[in-house]
Amino acid sequence: MADLGIKIGSLLFRNPVMMASGTCGYGSEFDDFINIEQLGGIIVKGTTLEPREGNPYPRMAETASGMLNAVGLQNKGIDYFIKNIYPHLSDYHTNVIVNVNGNTVEEYTELARRLADLDAIPAIELNISCPNVKRGGMIFGTNPDAAREVIASVRKAYNKTLIVKLSPNVTDITEFARISADEGADAVSLINTLVGMAIDPNTMKPRLSTVTGGLSGPAIKPVALRMVWQAARAVTIPVIGIGGIMNYEDALEFIMAGATGVQIGTASFIEPRTAINVITGINSFLDNRGFASVSEITGIINRN
Amino acid sequence: MKKRIEDLTVTENRRLTDSFFVLKAVSSLTLPDILPGQFVQALVTDSPSTFLRRPLSVHDVDVSENVISLLIQVAGKGTERLSLLMPGQKLNLIYPLGNSFTLPERGEKVLLAGGGCGMAPLLYLGRKAKEAGADVNFAFGFRDRLRIPEHKAFKRLGIVHLATEDGSEGCQGLVTDIPALKEVEWDRVYSCGPEPMMKAVAVECLRREIFCEVSLENLMACGIGACLCCVVATTSGNLCTCTDGPVFNVRNLKWQTSV
Repeated sequence: MADLGIKIGSLLFRNPVMMASGTCGYGSEFDDFINIEQLGGIIVKGTTLEPREGNPYPRMAETASGMLNAVGLQNKGIDYFIKNIYPHLSDYHTNVIVNVNGNTVEEYTELARRLADLDAIPAIELNISCPNVKRGGMIFGTNPDAAREVIASVRKAYNKTLIVKLSPNVTDITEFARISADEGADAVSLINTLVGMAIDPNTMKPRLSTVTGGLSGPAIKPVALRMVWQAARAVTIPVIGIGGIMNYEDALEFIMAGATGVQIGTASFIEPRTAINVITGINSFLDNRGFASVSEITGIINRN
Repeated sequence: MKKRIEDLTVTENRRLTDSFFVLKAVSSLTLPDILPGQFVQALVTDSPSTFLRRPLSVHDVDVSENVISLLIQVAGKGTERLSLLMPGQKLNLIYPLGNSFTLPERGEKVLLAGGGCGMAPLLYLGRKAKEAGADVNFAFGFRDRLRIPEHKAFKRLGIVHLATEDGSEGCQGLVTDIPALKEVEWDRVYSCGPEPMMKAVAVECLRREIFCEVSLENLMACGIGACLCCVVATTSGNLCTCTDGPVFNVRNLKWQTSV
């Protein structure tokens, strides 16, 4: 059994595999299929200060090797989260990370402050990359000055592990990875979804109520892998790879490109046990190839 | 109820019309309790353009044989691939999913109204309603007689009223043009099918203050309440069709007010 443990900031993960925000609910949705505690961590649904109804239906369209979504951060707000969801989450013995969203720097900061008080939440993922909201979200993740301001403000308010989730909808991902590192983030996670759209030629209407949405699934994996590779060479903080991982081989690609950890997203919709299967597969691979730990192959393509 | 993910084995694939087929699959385990209105998420393999599972209503359950029946309409590449499954092949399902219809009381007069593949969940509902002692009646609408699937199983449970848009079978028009819908004092009406049809049934039931539940067919990704893609606007806000539904009382749906 290889050592699968990783460290992000001061936080230890029993293995590098997490479930991505927006694809694993609050964990309990998967309780019938997997033991969440075998994961490195879960990043629960994007949370905002105030409750959000999200965007109107239809919010999803299947596309070639992937899907578009325009959920729009539907959630019941931080008060409801703390009162009704957190007590259940605090029972999970794994890293439960909250994905944090806001319309303004103040909202992001206030949320971070509220979450800092929750003992069973050891980290937050700052979502500056949601493509499906009119204000906030991706606006912060595609403008260097805005990104710098929100990360700096949240960093001051939050002294536990801070992960910044980056948008792929930029010209140069390394710029945003560097800003995150400069402003004190403990890690960056990437990529969030790519902005896309689809039209139904029969109805002659867009398939999403919002016209555009976020593309995920294996369709985006090569783009995600390239950006993870670029980011990992640009910064010294850990990079968490996300984007179209369907199996352990996909996860190994991200790790070999330089990702310290990976997140499983859309794949869980089709096979709820994907994250567990990835852990098992990585472990077997390391054992079969004689590696003692996952860190021995992290960024291995960059070493020659 | 615990959900499971399982490879079942196809035992039968029977064409009913040019687009409808019934797929039966057997579990090697004892089937869990499956309630009328619940659905499965079927994995589609060997179809490059199909990425997500396909949500399919449970059409019938044979507890003694551990067999689940699915009535499926070919609507795209995914369902087309499923229509090619042969006995002996595997069918991976996540099930049972969703809530269920509210069963009637003994002696109640109930109408189960369906259009197109919306008739799928109504067989199992009819069976359970009859077991509960209700007087079970069906109303189905189709475009023409060639599109009406064989429905002997329904006839064994109650009277079947038919409507076709071209009048080639039953009364001419839509499900809502079937006289029995408006003339009989129903205790409960259940409906599944295209949204305009369910809305029309809902309007009639709301007008006459008849209990009415509909089973929605919203697009969904996960089927287990994780992705929040399949939401429907209700009086309690946006709810997931997959976990809070697919069955909703029409009084709780926002669309009742806009019809």
